[in-house]
Formats: sequence, structure tokens, C-alpha cells
Amino acid sequence: MKAATSRNLTIAFFGLLALGAVSPLLFMGSKLAPWLEVILGGLMSGVLYSLVALGLVLIFKASGVFNFAQGAMVLFAALSLVRLMEKMPFLLALAVTIAIMVALAWLIERLVLRPLVNQEGIVLFMATLGVAYFIDGLGQTIWGSDIYTLHVGMPKEPKILFEGTFEGGILVSMEDVIAAILAAVMVGALALFFQKTSTGRALRAVADDHQAAQSIGIPLNRIWVIVWSVAGMVALVAGIIWGSKLGVQFSLQLVALKALPVVILGGFTSIPGAIIGGLIIGLGEKVSEVYLGPTLGGGIENWFAYVLALIFLLFRPEGLFGERHIDRV
Amino acid sequence: MNLHDAEPQTVSRKLGEVVLRLDGVSLAFGGVKALADVSFDVREHEVRAIIGPNGAGKSSLLNVINGVYQPQAGTITYRGETRTAMEPHHAARSGIARTFQSLALFKGMSVLDNILAGRTLMMKSNVFLQALRIGPALKEEVAHRRQVEDIIDFLEIQHVRKTPVGRLPYGLQKRVDLGRALAMEPKVLLLDEPMAGMNVEEKQDMCRFILDVNDEFGTTIVLIEHDMGVVMDLSDRVVVLDYGRKIADGTPDEVRSSQAVIDAYLGVKH
Repeated sequence: MKAATSRNLTIAFFGLLALGAVSPLLFMGSKLAPWLEVILGGLMSGVLYSLVALGLVLIFKASGVFNFAQGAMVLFAALSLVRLMEKMPFLLALAVTIAIMVALAWLIERLVLRPLVNQEGIVLFMATLGVAYFIDGLGQTIWGSDIYTLHVGMPKEPKILFEGTFEGGILVSMEDVIAAILAAVMVGALALFFQKTSTGRALRAVADDHQAAQSIGIPLNRIWVIVWSVAGMVALVAGIIWGSKLGVQFSLQLVALKALPVVILGGFTSIPGAIIGGLIIGLGEKVSEVYLGPTLGGGIENWFAYVLALIFLLFRPEGLFGERHIDRV
Repeated sequence: MNLHDAEPQTVSRKLGEVVLRLDGVSLAFGGVKALADVSFDVREHEVRAIIGPNGAGKSSLLNVINGVYQPQAGTITYRGETRTAMEPHHAARSGIARTFQSLALFKGMSVLDNILAGRTLMMKSNVFLQALRIGPALKEEVAHRRQVEDIIDFLEIQHVRKTPVGRLPYGLQKRVDLGRALAMEPKVLLLDEPMAGMNVEEKQDMCRFILDVNDEFGTTIVLIEHDMGVVMDLSDRVVVLDYGRKIADGTPDEVRSSQAVIDAYLGVKH
């Protein structure tokens, strides 16, 4: 596809998105305040999708592996934290959980990735499928399979903002706001790490070409441990936020399934893509659920993301921000 | 004339001590013998060419030196240290850099970042300081950046410094590949067909760069090349491989007149 057509498609997509988002206001006679509530709610849940997607993108960038185990890692991190907090103070539990995630990354590199080096992407993907089930089982064996509530001091009470401006104000969940701030800080830190540090540059180099990266002295094995550890950290943050919202339970790992359409939308190799893709999907599913649900029969939230991803696969398989492949014939 | 162990008689430049020596290196993939009992040495500051027909084992030989392949027999002595096997990143650490026959660049990264990546090993400062660009990390970054800019000037690719290398024409990509290897400040530079697929002008440019690197920095160069004219002009000594065996070793003139080499290239009646 030519660059110009591609750019036009992107502009058209964002135009359509904006139009879709404001159309309840323009055509359906919705009031400003409830509409803002829906938009904010959508963006906040989008942030959480972004966090899980971020873990996927990190690993895909550095090792070309689609990590099916990201959801299991979210659950495992959250489970470890919540059970450790029963025995020790929060900060200590957090430190131990981080250590556990790093150890997990090291083990995955040693036992799974290293023996499979230079294998096809599909082989590595299948391996992560196995890792997912293993981590899942391990977590439940060590930590138990009940539903645990995670209290990390997130404010549970929603706040009403702008009471003076709008009638009744806007109801905002403070938990979501804090989650959004955490996610933003995390993304900023990762962007700095990837763009400005020599380790970040080495990670990008490994993502592009294993052999060449080795030839300039980058040890592949250590890079993989680093990137899986970072993905473990991201999983931990996502696990804390989701866990304190929904409780730490088995279904937590299913959020990874929502992250898949997010990375298809944003592009598998793009960190900003993971963020914006998450926001678009969070926003889109909320708006369509609230305003189209009554007409179309509800449940839109459950399929919206996948239909959007399907459309992208048909017309724009590299996603909004993915790298286009230019092949020399 | 027996060229097998012939000492070079006339060399154009002053050559130093033997820096790299291979003794009886054999490499096989399953039943296919890629290298059989190959021995040769590389002297400091020289341009050493490896030539031979397709499938003679040239790239395999380079990959053995570089640590990509582990030979089943034989030893490699590099700067007084004898070893049989090593990892590619260890080779890089000990001052062996290489370029690739089929380009292996970091396609999504800019020219600048590609060449900077070559200096990854030399960056020592704390990752947090690097991220924030403060204190010693800033100083270090500036110093490395200056080195990289020098290389970019040297290779005459200033105009594309910020371009992702995937978008560059082939000839320029080859230069970036060389630039990345140079950024490592290597003692020994392995070039795998640096001029493959180039037109005459691009080849002339690349020849000039290689000779300049050799002259100015005294870098030892081991190079594989198909273009005979280039090989004869550039190199001090030439190793000829055929079917994984060494069939000749000597100055370009000696090699050119060797019957074994002529047979290997033109075929021989049986």
C-alpha cells in the first residue's frame, strides 16, 4: 500500500472514531455530563487493556514471540502479591513479588527460550501456550485458587467532579484515575528506557536481527531475561490494578484475550500503539454499549474489540503504528 | 610450485605479528563437510582475502572465527589465546567485528542508532542515569555520539543519519553495516562479501573505505569477495578454498598463477 493512501486511511479512521464518539451528543440528544462520564469510563478501562497489551508488545519487540502467557503472568503476579501480603507488609511483599517475577523470567529464558533459539515464531508461540498453563497451575498450587481481595490503598469511593459546571456533576471512579496515572508513569518510564539507554537500544537491536545483535556483542540470553522481567513488572502493575478492582481470581488472566485486539489495532511492535489501541477499544466498547446497546440488543462490549480487530486485519494488518514491511524483490 | 605453505614474498604494506591463526579447523553439518582441515594465519594490519567458488566454505570459515559455528576439530588462536569454541558476543568483546553478506541491519532503527548500537559494549554508565541523560551518562553519550558522527562523516552518509535503514538503497545499507562494525573499534574486521550486488561505482567507494580503514586505523581485515579484480587490488595475502579445503595461500600474484586455483575456477578435465 502506498504511504499516502495509508496515511489517508489512518486519518479517515480517526475521523470516524471521533464522529462515532460525539454522535450521541449531536444526534441522540444526550446530555453533556452523562456523555462525559461514558467517555471517561471508556478511557479508564482502556488504560487497563493498554497495560496488558504493553507486556505483549515488549516481548514481541525483543524476541519476536507472541507471549500467550502474559495473562497468566498478570494472574500469577497478583496472586503472589496478595498471598505474600498476608504475611508481610505491602512494600516487602511487593519487593518479593518483583524478585519472583525476575526469577520466573530467568527460568523461562533458561528452560524454554534458549533451547528453542532460531526456531519458527509459531514454535515459540506454542511454547508460550505451554508456559501459560504451567504458570497458571503453579500459581494455583502454591498460592491457592480462591478469590482474594487485594487492598493496596486504592480509594474505592467514586468522586463527583464539576458539580458547579454540570447539573449533578460527573461521577468519576478515583481508582480508575489512579490506575491511569500509574499506567502513564509506567509508559513514560518504558519510553525513556527504550529510546535513551544503551540497554534499550540493545533490546531494539535484538528485536530486529538476532545474528547482527550478537555480532556487536549483545548477549541474547541476558537481553531476553531483561525483557521478560520488564514484562513481568508490567504484568504486576496490571495485576495490582485489575486485582484491586475485580479481586484476584482466575478470570484475571482472561484480560489477556482483550489485549490481543488491542495489539492488532495498535501494531505489534509499537509501544504508543499499545496505549492508543487500548484507549480506542476501551472508549469504543463503552460508547457503543451505552448508546447502541438498547437498539442492537446489548452485549456489544463483549464483541466490539474483536470485530474492530477483524476489520483491521482485513484492511490494515500492520495496525495503526506497526512497522510496515518493505520487501525488496 | 607448492603454494600450500608458501611464505608471502612481497607485500605492499608493513605487516605485524600473527594476530589470528586457525589450525586444522574442520566443520561438518551432518554429513556435509563444510571445512576440512583448514589452517591459515592473519597478520596484524594486513588485508587478508578468502576466495573460492560457490560453496567452498568461505562464509563458514568466517562464522567459525566469529563464533557462530563451533568447529568439530581444530583450534583458533586469537591474540595468543587458543580456543575451540566461543559465543559470538564473546568474539565481539575480544575485538572481532563483522559485516554480513545478506544484510543484517536493525531495519526499524535509524542509521545513527544502528551505528550507536555498535558501541553498546562500551557504554558503562547506570541505566537510570542514561534514561534521564544526567551526570556521567550524558558525558558518555556525547562522547559516543561524537565517535559515531565521525564514522558517519567517514562513510559519507551524513544525509541519511536519521533515516530508518530499511528505507535506504542497498549500497548505503552496506555502508551502514560497515559503520556499525567500525563503531566497535575492532582489532579484526571480518567482511563477508562487502561488495556483493553493487554496481561499479558503489564497489569503488567501498574499496576506498576498506583501504582507508586499513590505512588510517591499522585495522586487520579478513574479507570474502567474489570480484577477482577487487581481491587482487585490495589484499596483501589470499587464501583459496575449494570444497572446504585450502588449495592455495599466498600473495595475489602467487595465487593467480597457481594451477590448483585455475583448475578450481575453470574446471579441470578428468
